[in-house]
Amino acid sequence: MLENLTKKLDSIFKKIRGKGLLTDKNIDEALREVRLALLEADVHFKVAKSFIEGVREKAVGKEILEGLAPGQQVVKIVWKELSRLMGEEGKTIALSSQPPTLIMLVGLQGSGKTTTVGKLARRFKREGKRVLLVAGDLQRPAAVSQLQTLGKGLDVPVMDPGTNKDPVIVMEKGVKQGRKEGFDVVIFDTAGRLQVDEALMAELVQMKSGISPDEILFVADAMTGQTAVDVARKFHEDLGLTGIILTKTEGDARGGALLSIRSVTGAPIKFIGTGEKLEDLEPFHPDRMASRILGMGDVLSLVELAEESYSKEQAEILEKKIRKEEFTLEDFAQQVKQMKKIGGMEKMLDMIPGARNLKVLPDQSRIEKEMKHVEAIISSMTDKERRIPSIINGNRRKRISRGSGTSVQEINRLLKQFYQAKKMLKRMSTGKMKGLGQMMSPFG
Amino acid sequence: MGKGFLKKLGLGLKETRNYFSDGVAALFFGRATIDADMLDHLEELLIGADLGVEVTERFLRDLKPCVERKEVSDLVSLKKKLKKFMVSILEKERSEMPFSVSPKVTLFVGVNGVGKTTTIGKRAQKLKEEGGRIVLAAGDTFRAGAGEQLALWGERVGVEVIRHRPGADPAAVAFDAVSAGLARKSDHVLIDTAGRLQTKNNLMAELKKMVRVLEKAMPGAPHEKILVLDATTGQNALSQAKLFNEAIGITGIILTKLDGTGRGGIVIPIVETLSVPVTDIGVGEGADDLIPFHVESFVDALFEDTPQG
Repeated sequence: MLENLTKKLDSIFKKIRGKGLLTDKNIDEALREVRLALLEADVHFKVAKSFIEGVREKAVGKEILEGLAPGQQVVKIVWKELSRLMGEEGKTIALSSQPPTLIMLVGLQGSGKTTTVGKLARRFKREGKRVLLVAGDLQRPAAVSQLQTLGKGLDVPVMDPGTNKDPVIVMEKGVKQGRKEGFDVVIFDTAGRLQVDEALMAELVQMKSGISPDEILFVADAMTGQTAVDVARKFHEDLGLTGIILTKTEGDARGGALLSIRSVTGAPIKFIGTGEKLEDLEPFHPDRMASRILGMGDVLSLVELAEESYSKEQAEILEKKIRKEEFTLEDFAQQVKQMKKIGGMEKMLDMIPGARNLKVLPDQSRIEKEMKHVEAIISSMTDKERRIPSIINGNRRKRISRGSGTSVQEINRLLKQFYQAKKMLKRMSTGKMKGLGQMMSPFG
Repeated sequence: MGKGFLKKLGLGLKETRNYFSDGVAALFFGRATIDADMLDHLEELLIGADLGVEVTERFLRDLKPCVERKEVSDLVSLKKKLKKFMVSILEKERSEMPFSVSPKVTLFVGVNGVGKTTTIGKRAQKLKEEGGRIVLAAGDTFRAGAGEQLALWGERVGVEVIRHRPGADPAAVAFDAVSAGLARKSDHVLIDTAGRLQTKNNLMAELKKMVRVLEKAMPGAPHEKILVLDATTGQNALSQAKLFNEAIGITGIILTKLDGTGRGGIVIPIVETLSVPVTDIGVGEGADDLIPFHVESFVDALFEDTPQG
């Protein structure tokens, strides 16, 4: 998400990075640009203002730390302030010592509440918890059936509201059923509010006192504009939010709403929705998000993702192979598959520092396509060819090209890439990883 | 323009109007002239309505010489200037469709949760009341419950809904709906689509395919491609408008949820950059709360002093 803001801030700091001294004037200039960038990112104007004031106070008149260029120091201050504004390290949902844990989701219409209910249910179910879903949205046509379809797909029970039209009574029944049948978690969906309307807020307050939930989570759309502040404030005042879930972050929304909501409610951001599929829900890490905004990338998230989809044993075997020069086309294909698992180029580019600033960004869909071709080519080879690529002569190339539906030129290119990769891997395993280490350190 | 229409507009835009009208009036509290401090507040007011940095800055640049020349010096003249500025951007030539086509095929697109299905339901009701024969297409085969939601609207309004299994190819649904519309000599085919973020290349490709398939079902279709936007969306709406337009060529914008907290100021930079007109606005939950967008009445309603009602 936030890559547009990242780009902007990057270009600003490039301007002052080379300068030797932090003067009032160049700080003012940079901060004005930071403010505009924040406003363009939909950060509420008051939040942006107080943010800028905070940075200015800390930047002006401060002694320059040894080892840091003045520009770097401003970057560091902005980064720190940004992290601070977004809250402490990722907090998730704490389960109550007396189950069931009652979780109520609230938010405006179309923010993605019902989908998020499904995502949370999936998460708890995978942790081995018994989950019950309760529809508190009896207004929107088909909201109940949407929840039922989600529940069916996840194999999670959904309480049937029957013909009852009073959501408060339905939710109270949900609590009873949750207790009686020994559920660990009960998640309540609520009707989307189009506006912060007194009557509808009163209904939510009634629901709250009816079920006394452990968590009241505010579901907010990452694309929300300046009104995010007013909406979040009202919900917080009336209900006392315990957390925030930001949805639809996989698009190109700059997500300034996140900073605004967080700063007016003080409630922690517990999860972010990163896609339409039910597994697309991630814990929120404020420091990483701040790094991402500043163009320092989200290396930690990338490492974690890579670890998740790549076991330690696999890595060790690969390392051994590289050292012994036994890296084959099969391993190469494996690498391509891993890359796909991590989420393809687009997701990776978001996380690699500076990658978004490359002048010529390779066309991502083209890369994905090429990756598919690589897989097809290697699948069309015999075992022997994969182990000993040097035997692949002209005839074999023709056969492989027919089998994989690619051209001989593509096969030639793949083999060339493979030999290059092999050479590079060998150099990396024997030489120092100094370059890589420097890349990972944010202020190095 | 009927009185009922203006009343509805005024009521629906209550939030937005309160924001603008009260906001501009508040600028002059305890101040006799327009000074730098006041311009700062004006900037915040416009940005706070999601007008965006660029449009806001340009208005302020335009305003400054007028203030120096004393052409703009009080509440009345400032409001007038602001209205004129907004009207000049929003007024776009609307190319009317030849009404001879039958059925007229309209495709509704947009990101998730903007209110596409509800908008289609409302429009179906209106067209039906005008005596039109209508077919709806449940082209959102992805979201759980989307087909049911449109089917419920179909029942409520009393029109046929073409549906396939969940997960079916939306282009096939659209094709069938247009075929049904042709066979039954319908006047309108309204096609729902799954919400998609504009940055998802594969989903945008799916949309392009729907348009190609529709052209095969009926040459010239879809006749209208409507982008549905949520009025609470911030600057990302610009990216939505740009990318949907690049993919399929948008012919009009419907702005929903204007009765909510959203101020809808984002339409101004959008209309300016894309030159695509706003056709309707959604100002309430009722079926008759989707009303045609009329630039002058809209801008007037924003700055009205005494709320009608």
